Formats: sequence, structure tokens, C-alpha cells
Amino acid sequence: MAAVRPAEVEAEVGLRLEEIARRGHYFMALQREVEDRIERKLYRQGKILGGVYVGRGQEAICVGAGLVADADDWLYPCHRDLGLYLIRGVSPAEIFAQYMGRVGGLTRGREGNMHMGDLKRKIVAIISAMAASVPVAAGTAMGLKFRRSPNIVFNFFGDGATSRGDWHEGINLAAVQKAPLVLICNNNMYAYSTPIEKQMACKDVADRAPGYGIPGEVVDGNDVFAVYHAVKRAADHARAGRGPYLVECKTFRMTGHSAHDGGDYVPEHMWAEWETKDPVRRAERALLENGWATLDQIQSTLANIKREADEALEWAEASPYPDPSSLTLDVYEGSR
Amino acid sequence: MAAITYLEAIRQGIWEEMERDPDVFCLGEDIGVYGGAFKITQGMLDRFGEERIVDTPIAESAIVGAAIGASFLGMRPIAEMQFSDFITCGFDQIVNFAAKTRYRWNAPAPLVVRAPSGGGIHGGPYHSQNPEAWFVRVPGLKVVEPATAYDAKGLIKSAIRDNDPVIFFEHKKLYRSIKGEVPETDYTVPLGKARVHREGRDMTVITYGAMVYVAAEAAEVLEREDGLSIEIIDLRTLLPIDEEAILASVKKCSKAIVLHEDTLTGGVGGEISARINEKAFEYLDGPVLRIAAPDTPVPFSPPLEEAFLPNKDKLIAKARWLAAY
Repeated sequence: MAAVRPAEVEAEVGLRLEEIARRGHYFMALQREVEDRIERKLYRQGKILGGVYVGRGQEAICVGAGLVADADDWLYPCHRDLGLYLIRGVSPAEIFAQYMGRVGGLTRGREGNMHMGDLKRKIVAIISAMAASVPVAAGTAMGLKFRRSPNIVFNFFGDGATSRGDWHEGINLAAVQKAPLVLICNNNMYAYSTPIEKQMACKDVADRAPGYGIPGEVVDGNDVFAVYHAVKRAADHARAGRGPYLVECKTFRMTGHSAHDGGDYVPEHMWAEWETKDPVRRAERALLENGWATLDQIQSTLANIKREADEALEWAEASPYPDPSSLTLDVYEGSR
Repeated sequence: MAAITYLEAIRQGIWEEMERDPDVFCLGEDIGVYGGAFKITQGMLDRFGEERIVDTPIAESAIVGAAIGASFLGMRPIAEMQFSDFITCGFDQIVNFAAKTRYRWNAPAPLVVRAPSGGGIHGGPYHSQNPEAWFVRVPGLKVVEPATAYDAKGLIKSAIRDNDPVIFFEHKKLYRSIKGEVPETDYTVPLGKARVHREGRDMTVITYGAMVYVAAEAAEVLEREDGLSIEIIDLRTLLPIDEEAILASVKKCSKAIVLHEDTLTGGVGGEISARINEKAFEYLDGPVLRIAAPDTPVPFSPPLEEAFLPNKDKLIAKARWLAAY
């Protein structure tokens, strides 16, 4: 695993390490707080119905990559990439409302959980079929290229998605077209309950990149600096007109597949082992060890996040449910 | 006005829309240098270049998916399925992504999927199907199938300009077999509106695509030999369906047959029959009949395919039975 340490990448362009640490820590901690409330409070209180999929333990991937993206780049998040929404300015209030099926949510109650998007913010909502967004992201990237846009597309998916035909069709098309597409895999070693060795016979997802004539690399997905710099390399490659680039981020899902799933199929030792690699705590250590923040400052950040989440939740719970009369709106343009 | 083929009419419609709007582009298999399996896009590569006539790998899901992704930028993609039989490979992208995106998160996907369909060309099970019924029951899609050259051009233009995803079925047998007068000036034919192909008093035949001509042949015979006046409704758009036009004709004629080339069970005919029963029962002087292909795959060998396809004689026999009811 080619984990890139801060010292080795100091010279590279992009955000300064201190900035990656500060902003990365803030957004990862905010994602953790919002998702903790969703998975471990609201869901258990029965305030959220349906599926709940969180990115616990893998926050460094969406946050590290999200810090690379320009404001007008297009994002295709997967269902554990809440940090991308936060970085793009979607408020925790809108996210809580989305999960609770209220009109204040991004989809106004039409959709639940991470099935949310916003064209104004250039975030495209996933559908449930894994990897379906890969060809769609490829099309957005092709369109940007045809229009001579300076912008690129960031497409996120898990290891499980790489088994589907859409993943292969989409990457192949984007590669042939040299479309500016950054492909980011969160390899958490499980597709729901199925371990990676039952999903693919190659060692790494990145091994598949050469089959499409594109670069692929493996990084420590729990290290926000490593993710940032790998994705920056990929983005620079895509922006320079050299086509897609695959970044495989090795990580672990520190919870079940969904809130109903205890993850009993995961060997006991893995939980303890990955707890020590928690990306939020690692970013905190980096802040402290480099003198970028004091313990008091970190605790104050975390306290502010809790307060932000409290206020957001209050707003979301006050947001009404959609009126049943809105059921038939927007099936087509002008539908009533 | 010049008489041109159904194929040429579609080609002109796409060409004119591409001249009019730089956001319109085509993608599909063999559409560039080769000009498409049926030559719909012939000459377009030279005129518009390879970023607007995009040759793709053999990957229907990627073709439709990429069209959706480009449509989010405000582009107007036209995705070609080489044969409508291969649309199944892009099914998830059409029914789960494109059809639901406006409803789910207010993101319209204004794209057209062109799908050459239909039998009678000895294409066998994978080059002859009529898969429209799979899409007619998907809220969020529009489904179109023109029968005339005039409508083919006017409807493809409307489909391209429409702000929702449109599946555009083109009957292969009509491509070069029919011609019609088509204006050289810009015009459109509205989606969702049926057309009276032939006026009549005694019985309505509701149909679309190549079956419009089967109905017309049968109507001539029935008029000549039986003195029956048959009205033919050409639906043109199957979703949203023009219920008003169907009911108006049924109320006038009091007897109705729904005719389609697609297989019987779960076909569009069942839906139309149900709507007539619900909304015009009091006007009916007999049961609403359906004529469709039998529930089998489309066979290859000519005698088998002939037995499979609805034809003039099958329609005449049912019409006589219904007339006597």
C-alpha cells in the first residue's frame, strides 16, 4: 500500500498540509457527528425509516477527494460520501430533513438517505444499482470535454460496484474518449456481507485500470493527506486532457452495511485493528503533532460541531412532511 | 414539398436540430464513419465532427448512461440503439436513472433514445422485436412511434426539444418502404397527440407504427366487400397516450379493435382496452378486441414469421366478427 506521508508530499502543489489537516478534520468530524446522530440516535428512535448507510471509518476518502475538487467540478458521490455534500455547502439541517423524509430535505421527501443530489451544486444523486453512475459520470465528463470546459468529474463507488458491468462499460467509454473523469474507489473489503475475495480474483481494484489503458493507484484510504494527494494527481491528469484515472482507497467500514446490520460476519479482530486507524483521530494527531492546533482548539471545534448538529436537527424536525397532494408533481415537466 | 422516405425524414429532423442547436449530439454504435446500421446518420460525421457524432464501444448501458450524464449539463443527446432488441442492455439506465431523475431530485434528463424496432424483415428473435410495452409502464418516460414520414420528422424534432427522456421507436420495415410529403421548413408534431389516419363511422381500429398500413389495407377490403366504414387512429405517442382521441373515436363508432405488432400479453392493447371499458363502456356495442402477435419469440423462417405477424386477413376476420356482434 503506497501510503503517502505528509513529509513526502510537502513539496507538491495544492492545499498546504496544514489546510488539508484543518479543513479535512472539520469536515470528517462533521460527517461523523451527523452520521452518528442519524445511525445511532434518530434511526434507533424510529425517526428515520428505511435504509441508513454511513461512512464511519472511511470519511477521509470523500473529504480528502472533496477538498481537491473545484467548486464547478461535478461530483458523483456514493452512499458513504456525506462529506462531499458538506464540503459543497449542503447543510446538516437539509441532510437530517432528507433522512427523515421532510420537505426541507434535498429531495423534498421524494427520496431517502444518501439518494440526494442538487444540480446547482453539481452533485448528482446515485441510484440504488451500484455503479450505475459510472457511465453517467462518463457522459458528464465527455460533455465537459466537448464544451472545452476546464472542469472535471469525480465519481465515487465502493469495491462491490466494480463487479457490475456498468462500471466496466463506463470506464471503458470514458477511457476511449479521454474524458476528464476521476474514479475513486472506497475499498472497505465488504460488499454488504460479502468479503472482497468472493467479489474479485485480482489483488487490488486498481489492477483493473491497466485493462482500460488508464493509470490506477492504491492509497491508504484512512489517511486524508494520502487521499488528497492521490486524488490531486488524478485530477491534474484528467484536467490536462489525459483521460480517466483510478484511485483505490483501502479502508474499512467501521459499522454494518446499514443501520439494521450488526456486521456479525466481520472477524472480531478487524474492528479493534481498524479502530486504531480511525481517520478522524489520525487527523487530530496530525494537527497536534505538527503544532497546527492545540487540544483545546480541537475540543472547541468538536463542541461547535455538536452545537451545529443540535441546531440542524431542531430545524429538520420542524420541517413538515410533504403534502400528499405533491405526489404526482414533477413526473414530467409541468406534471400536476 | 418533396416526397421522402421515413428514414430520410428522421435523418432530416436530426440534421436540422443539430444545425439549430449546438447542444444536440448523437452517440451510438457505428454511427460515425459507417453512418449507422441503417444510415440514419450518414454524412453527419463530416458535417458535425466526432464530438457531435460519437462512435461508441458496444455498450448500450454506457451509451444511455453517458447520454444522461451529458443531459445534466444541458446538452441534448440522441442515443442510438442499433436495434431496439439491444435496448435491454441499457434498461436500468433508462427506467431507473433517466425516468426517475426529475421526480427524485428535480434533475431533468432531456435525452432521446432511438430504437429501430419491428419485424417483417426476417431478422429473427434479436432483430425484430417491439419492446415498447416495457417502457410504456415507466412513469417519467415518453414513448413515441411514428407511422408516416411527416410524423417521423416532426416527432423526432419534438422528442429532441422535449425536456423529458423520450424513447423513439422507428419501425425498420417503414424505413425505406414508405414515402411522404415532408416540408423542408421547420415544423414539429406534438408528443402525446394521436392522429386520424382514416375517417370512418362503424368501427375504430386503434394502432401505431407499421400496423397503421395493415389496418388501412384491411379497411379498404372491408369497405369494398362489407360496406363497413373503418376509422383508423394512429397513436403516434404511446406514453403519454392520447386517451381523448381514443375515446372520441370509440364513442363515435361504438366498436373498437386495438391492433399491434408486439405480442399480446401485457401489450399496449390491454391498457387501451381497459381504458375504453372504464370510460366509454356505455357507448360500446361489442367487446373491445385485441389483435397482436402471439406470445412467442419472433421466429426467423419466413412462413413462421408470417404466421407470427398480425396481417390484413387476421384483422378482416376479427372485424367481421365484431361487426356481426
